[in-house]
Amino acid sequence: MSPPSKALAEFVAEATEILEALGKDLLVLDERRGQEADPDRVNGIFRAAHSLKGLAGLFGQERISRLAHGTEDLLDRLRLGKLHLNDAVLDTLIEALDAFQALLAETARGTETDGLTRRADGMAERLGRLGEVSVALDEDPLERLELDAQVRSVFTEYEEHRLRENVRKGVSMWRVRAAFDLSDFDMGLADLNTRLKPLGEVISTLPSAQPGGAHGIAFDLIFGTQVSLPELESGLKGTPAELARLAVRPATIRSAEALVRATESPAIVLGTLGVASAPEASTGTSPPSKRGVRAAVEGGTHQSLLPLASERSDTEQGETGASAHGVPGQESESDEEHVPSAKGPSLVTYLQGPGGRAPAATPPGAPHAGAGAASSALAEPSLRSLTQTVRVDIGKLDGLINMVGELLLIKASLQRLAESARQDGVVPLSKLFGQELARETRGLERKLEALQEGLLEARMVPVGQVFDKLARLVRRITREAGKEIDFVIGGGEVELDKLIVEELSDPLMHLIRNAIDHGVESPDMRLAAGKPRRAVVSLRAEQKGNHVVIQVSDDGAGIDELRVREVALTRGLITHAQAEEMGRRELLNLIFLPGFSTARSVSELSGRGVGLDVVKNNLGNLSGIIDVWSERGKGTAFHLTLPVTLAIIRALVVGVSARTYAVPLNSVLEILSVQPREIRTMERREVLDVRGQTLPFVRLSRLFGLPERPVSRYFVVVVGLAQERLGIAVDELHGQQDIVTKPLGGRLQSVRGISGATDLGNRRPVLVLDVAALLEEGLALERRRA
Amino acid sequence: MRVKVLIVEDSKASREYIASTVEAVEGIEAVVTSSGFEALKLLPRHRFELIITDINMPDINGLELINFVKKNPNYRDVPLFIITTEGREQDRDRGMALGAAEYLVKPFQPGSLEGLLRRYLKLP
Repeated sequence: MSPPSKALAEFVAEATEILEALGKDLLVLDERRGQEADPDRVNGIFRAAHSLKGLAGLFGQERISRLAHGTEDLLDRLRLGKLHLNDAVLDTLIEALDAFQALLAETARGTETDGLTRRADGMAERLGRLGEVSVALDEDPLERLELDAQVRSVFTEYEEHRLRENVRKGVSMWRVRAAFDLSDFDMGLADLNTRLKPLGEVISTLPSAQPGGAHGIAFDLIFGTQVSLPELESGLKGTPAELARLAVRPATIRSAEALVRATESPAIVLGTLGVASAPEASTGTSPPSKRGVRAAVEGGTHQSLLPLASERSDTEQGETGASAHGVPGQESESDEEHVPSAKGPSLVTYLQGPGGRAPAATPPGAPHAGAGAASSALAEPSLRSLTQTVRVDIGKLDGLINMVGELLLIKASLQRLAESARQDGVVPLSKLFGQELARETRGLERKLEALQEGLLEARMVPVGQVFDKLARLVRRITREAGKEIDFVIGGGEVELDKLIVEELSDPLMHLIRNAIDHGVESPDMRLAAGKPRRAVVSLRAEQKGNHVVIQVSDDGAGIDELRVREVALTRGLITHAQAEEMGRRELLNLIFLPGFSTARSVSELSGRGVGLDVVKNNLGNLSGIIDVWSERGKGTAFHLTLPVTLAIIRALVVGVSARTYAVPLNSVLEILSVQPREIRTMERREVLDVRGQTLPFVRLSRLFGLPERPVSRYFVVVVGLAQERLGIAVDELHGQQDIVTKPLGGRLQSVRGISGATDLGNRRPVLVLDVAALLEEGLALERRRA
Repeated sequence: MRVKVLIVEDSKASREYIASTVEAVEGIEAVVTSSGFEALKLLPRHRFELIITDINMPDINGLELINFVKKNPNYRDVPLFIITTEGREQDRDRGMALGAAEYLVKPFQPGSLEGLLRRYLKLP
C-alpha cells in the first residue's frame, strides 16, 4: 500500500477530532442515563455526525460516509424530537462510534477489509430502523407563539423544533436584544450566553438585519426560561441586554386535551391570556425601535421589560405573570414524555440487567446476530490515536513566541558586544565588558531554560484523554463478561507527555480487561463471599514529583500467590529452592515473567497474567515500572510509575573505569560516599546498610564487564522507582546536565541497562542508564544467586 | 485585481476543499472563516463579490447570515451560495427563500462550483 497522501492525513486528523468530541458527548449522555438529555448536547452529537458525513463525502471515504449518514439521520430524528433517546438508541450510538474508529483506523493504514465494511453497513441499516415514534400532537404549539414570520424564516429546522418544545412545555419565551461594538461583539455575546445558559435555553442568535451603524451590530437572542423576570434581570445585570417577552396564545381546548393525553399530566395553565390580543403583539413584526422601547419602559412596571404588548396588556400580564412563570415549572416536571422510560444503566455506574445480559440494542428482526458476530470476530481496536498531533493552547504558543522575541533581544545585545570586542580587539577588554557579557549570557541561559520548559509543556496532554477512551471500552467488556461493575476514574487532569499518553493506552486496556474479565467475580459469587453485588474497578492517576503513578485496581478475588508459585514451578520459571525463599511480594511479581501466562493459566489463576510481560515491556520502553499488590478476597491493584516526559531530562553524569555515563536524575534519590569495608555480603550478594535498612548494591563496572580499579571509596548513587531501591557504585561524579536521550540503533538496542545515548555538548556520545532495567537486573541477580 | 469570495464553513476539511476549488479559478481570492460571527466581522472589512456559506454552524446559522446580508443595503447585492448536505431540504429551501442564489449539495464536484463561480462573477 502506498503511504497515505497528505490530504488523507488531513482527513484522518479532522475525523479523529470529530470522533473524540462525539465520544465525549456520548459519554456524558451515558453517565446521565434516565435524565432528560440536554438538547445542546444531542445537537452537538448530531453536528459531529453531520460534519463527519460531509467530510467523508468530500474525501471519497464511502464507508465512513454511509455510516455517518445513518448516524446523522438517527441523531436528526432525536434532536428534532421524532425519536426518544432510550437505552437501545444510546447503546447503538456507542457501537457506531466503535465502528467509526475501526473504519478510520483502516483508512489511516490504507486498508479496507470486507468484514468491517459489512459490519459498518449492517450498523448503518440498524440505525435507520431504530426508533419509536414520539406522540404527535394535534396542533403545532409554534402557531401559538407570537413571532414575526420573518424571524421564523431564518430558523433552521432544529431551532424551530427547540422553540416548539419550549412553547409546548409552557416555558416563557423572551427576545433578548443586545447591541455591541463590531470589533468585539463575539466576546460580548459569549458573556451573554454564559449568563443565559444556566437560566434556560438560547434557541437562536440572530444578527439584527438593521444596520447598527458603522461600528455596531445588534443581536436578538431567542431565549426560553422558567425563571422569573427579576431573576432574569439580575442574571443579566451589567450587560447591554434588553428583554422583551414573546407572547404565547392559549392552547385550544382540543389541543390542550391532546397535551393532557400526550404527557399524562395536568393541562398547562396559561398565564398569558390577553397578551395575544395586544395590538403590537400581532403586528409588531420587527424588533421594536429604540424609541418604542423607551415608550414601553415608561409605561411598564419593570425597567428593562420591553413588552411587545400594549401598556394595558402589559399590566394584565403583570397580574398574571406569577402563574405564567410558576406553572410551567410544574408542567416540566411531569413532562416525562421525552425521558427514556427505562432508568437505564450508565457507563460510570454500569448496572447489568437482572437477566445477566444488558438490554439488546437491536429491535427484533434486525440482523443483530450477524453484526454481533462480525464485531466480535474483529480484534479489539487499539485505542492509540491515529495522528501524531498535539493540540496546543494558543496562550501557550503565544508565550513561546514572546520568549523567542526576548531571545532575539539578547542576541542583539550579544551582537553589539561582539562588535565592540572586534573594534577594540587590539586593546585588552575591560572588566566591565566581561561583566556585561556574563550578564547577557545568564539572561540567555534563563530564557533558553524557560523556552525549553514551555516547549515541554506544549507536549503535555491530560491523561484523561486515554481514560475517556477506556471508559467506553469498559462498558462493552462489562456487558460481554456478564459482570456488574462501577468504573471509577480519577486524576484525568494529570498531564503527561503526549508520547507517553499514547503508549499507555494499550497497557491500560490490557490491565482493565484483565480486571473485568478475571479479577472481578460474578455477582452471585460476590454475594456468596459477603461482598456487595457490584464490583468496583478504578483507574486513577496521581502526580508524584517528576513521576505520575497510575493505579488500576479492582475489589475482586485477588491473586492467589500459592497458585502463582505452583504455575511458575510447573513452567520451570523458578526452582524449588528459589520458591522456598520467595516472599509474597516476590511471588506475585512472577506474573510479569515471560512465559508465565498461557491460555490454561488464565482459568487457573482467574486470568491474572494475561500478557503481563508485554505490559511490563511496554512500560519499560517508557522508562516506567509496574508493581502489583493483591490480597486474596480483597482485590488487586497495579501501580504504573512513569516519568512525566521523555523528551528532555536532567541527568547525573558519572564516571566508571574511565568511562562516562548519564543517570536520569528523576530516579536518583541520594548519593552516598561509601568505603569498601562498608559493603557486606548477604546471601551471596552485596548489600549496604543505610540508616538501618538493607540496600541492594551493584557495581556498574561489574555489571558492564569493565576493568575494576582499586579505589579508596565509592560513590553510591541510590536510585528508586516506586518501592524498589538500588545502590549503584560509581568511581566519579561529574555533575548535572540536561540531556536529550536518543535511542540506540541496531544490535545495541537490546543491551540491558542502557536506555539510549546522549551528547554532552563536547561531541562525545555518552550512554544513558536505564534505571528501571537496572532495578530489575538487581532483583534478577538476587534470584540467580539465591 | 482578483475578486474576493468569502467562504464560511466550520468543518476544516470542507473549508479547505471549497477554498482550493475557488482559488483554482483564476482571478478569485478566497477569504475563509470557520464561524458566522467571524463572517459578520469580515463583511465590513472587505469587498466580497460572492459568499459561500454552510447552514449548520455553531454560533449563528447560515440562514441568519443570509438574512443579515440580504437585509443590509451594503451587501444585499452580493450573491450567496449555500453548501448543504442531503436530507436538509427544509433548511435549504429556507435559505433559497431568504435570497440565496444557488445551493450545492455535499459532496459536489469541483466543476459544478467552478461553473457557478464563473457565471456569477462573470469570469471568462
